[in-house]
Amino acid sequence: MSATEVNGKIEYSDPENRNALIAVKSHLIAGFLVFLLMMIAGFTMRAAQGTWLEIGADLFYQIMTVHGVGVVGAAMITSTGVQWYFLRQYVRLSNGIFWTNFFIFLTGVVLILGSIFVGKYGGAWTFLFPLPAISMGAWSNGAAALFQAGLLIIGVGFLILYLDFGRAILARYGSLARALGLTQLFGKEPVDYKHPAAVVASTMVLIVNFMGIAAGAVVLVMGLINLFYPEFKPDALLMKNLIYFFGHVVINATIYASVIAVYELLPRYTGRPWKTNKPFYAAWFAIVFMVMGVYPHHLMMDFAMPNWALVVGQVLSFGSGIPVMVVTGYGALMIVYRSGIKWTTSAKLLFLSMFGWWAGVIPAILDAMVTVNRAFHNTLWVPGHFHFYLLLGLLPMLIGFAYFLAGEGDSKEQPKATDKLGFYAYLIGAFMTSMVFLASGASSIPRRWAAHMPEWVSFAQVGTVAAALVVLGMLLFIIRALVSLPGASNPR
Amino acid sequence: MISTVYAITLVGIGLVIAVFYFVIANSKEADPDYPSITKKWYGVRSKWFLFLLVLGITVSVLSTNPFPTPDQKKEYSGGDYQNVTVDSHQWYWIMTPSTVKAGQPVEFQVSSADVNHGFGIYDEKLTLVAQTQAMPGYTNKLIHTFDKPGKYKILCLEYCGLAHHAMISELTVE
Repeated sequence: MSATEVNGKIEYSDPENRNALIAVKSHLIAGFLVFLLMMIAGFTMRAAQGTWLEIGADLFYQIMTVHGVGVVGAAMITSTGVQWYFLRQYVRLSNGIFWTNFFIFLTGVVLILGSIFVGKYGGAWTFLFPLPAISMGAWSNGAAALFQAGLLIIGVGFLILYLDFGRAILARYGSLARALGLTQLFGKEPVDYKHPAAVVASTMVLIVNFMGIAAGAVVLVMGLINLFYPEFKPDALLMKNLIYFFGHVVINATIYASVIAVYELLPRYTGRPWKTNKPFYAAWFAIVFMVMGVYPHHLMMDFAMPNWALVVGQVLSFGSGIPVMVVTGYGALMIVYRSGIKWTTSAKLLFLSMFGWWAGVIPAILDAMVTVNRAFHNTLWVPGHFHFYLLLGLLPMLIGFAYFLAGEGDSKEQPKATDKLGFYAYLIGAFMTSMVFLASGASSIPRRWAAHMPEWVSFAQVGTVAAALVVLGMLLFIIRALVSLPGASNPR
Repeated sequence: MISTVYAITLVGIGLVIAVFYFVIANSKEADPDYPSITKKWYGVRSKWFLFLLVLGITVSVLSTNPFPTPDQKKEYSGGDYQNVTVDSHQWYWIMTPSTVKAGQPVEFQVSSADVNHGFGIYDEKLTLVAQTQAMPGYTNKLIHTFDKPGKYKILCLEYCGLAHHAMISELTVE
């Protein structure tokens, strides 16, 4: 295969491109609408904990369940839209399969919403075995089954999509190792600085998500069997391992899929190349293993876990922070430094995402130390660190990409006042939300509590104000997306 | 320990903010010689990577020796330990006995009769002092020595259904 073929972009017909653009926009708009609803759900929970809103515990835990599963689902579908947009430029992907996954996803969403708001399922998105089957009358086995079937269906859709990714990547690069840049890393091929970062990242996401979703399917099927045949009782610790492997991998992979937007767009905005090189390949190769091996940090208070597994969880958690602190985040700092960048909303958001990811690493790796975990596990410290990643890392990547797609990134115009208001409301709200969670965790306040003790209420009230700002920022972003995205042509 | 971890986090986030602010403040004027910038900062990056590596290895070794959670194979009976059996249920705790003495290690044998729970011990200031998971089919041994007498609260730290937040009990330390 010649270098031109490897580095060249794939040509599609005009109808294919038009259809692809509609598909990507559909993913973004659907994902953003779900995110907005989930932010309103988060605001509602904080207001209830802050005693500003009275809701029953049953409804609170249903909202908590939909918030968790909704954010994970929205993160998956939106990040897949970003990833697919760039990956299809380098490998020939099928529009039909992309749409198929989208509609399977929507079907799964309907099942999940039905299970929660009709069937009153409130077993949390983690469906920790055997809680779905033992609700003390709060929901039926049918509702729990519907929830798990919804997740299973969504997983099947993504597996089909990843098969297409795998087929296309293999067709172009011959092996996953070559697509990951390993042949260059280990000296079998000369280093090609133009080897697309989108292909490297997508290959990593493909591998880990295939494994993660497969594990999820196994645990979901075992849970479903248990619901209808209670005499089948899988080991609770095995189930917990499978659930956290699945859950950690799929949510973690969304940020690795979305960071492609940073690799592709920051060079465009700064006029500087983001070259792939050996440290880049080494980082992404390590990420493949770290994302899959890190999950025991969720199980550090399960003393039946072997100590070596917890040490692996601790060490890999620290290791997982290194690629962003040394390669991706560091690279973003270098590319922006004295670049003359024009700070469009898209550029601001993409750069913010690097800050959110980097800063979010700190509370995460600390909590992933066994000795620290004893005082922080299942306190609000945990949502503190992942809201940092999601609100200030993942979402700015996704929204920054949407602004690019709406044509704002290359526009000569200054950002509009509403864009600025949206950006700063979101920035302040998201930072406050995360910091209040961290402060709450440092005050030992437990997570997933419908009603807070009087000593904790003021934290939740500040958190409510912060969540309101996040909702305001997101609302303005969505209005902008709904106005600008549908008619926008593909940026060249 | 909690306040140290919190302080490290705040300082760390503050430093990251400072670095990003510095880069933003130096972003508007363009320096066309990007290769010189990358050459200089790639050099810094190698040292930064080495620093993180040494830090990670040092902290990992120091923080896991001795291992922070109790040896589950060891028997903690006899005169050195007080023993408390903890059975967790949706949505209550049964602790036998529910009174222990300060200054002598307590072994909590924690199990669950139904779903996963989290056995969290809170002092009178509502600070979490020790915890372990309560899982069906397993018994976790948690060792804790209470420094001060008082009324400690037991809160559930793993979501276990609709009255999860009401699963509260009391442990008396004399």
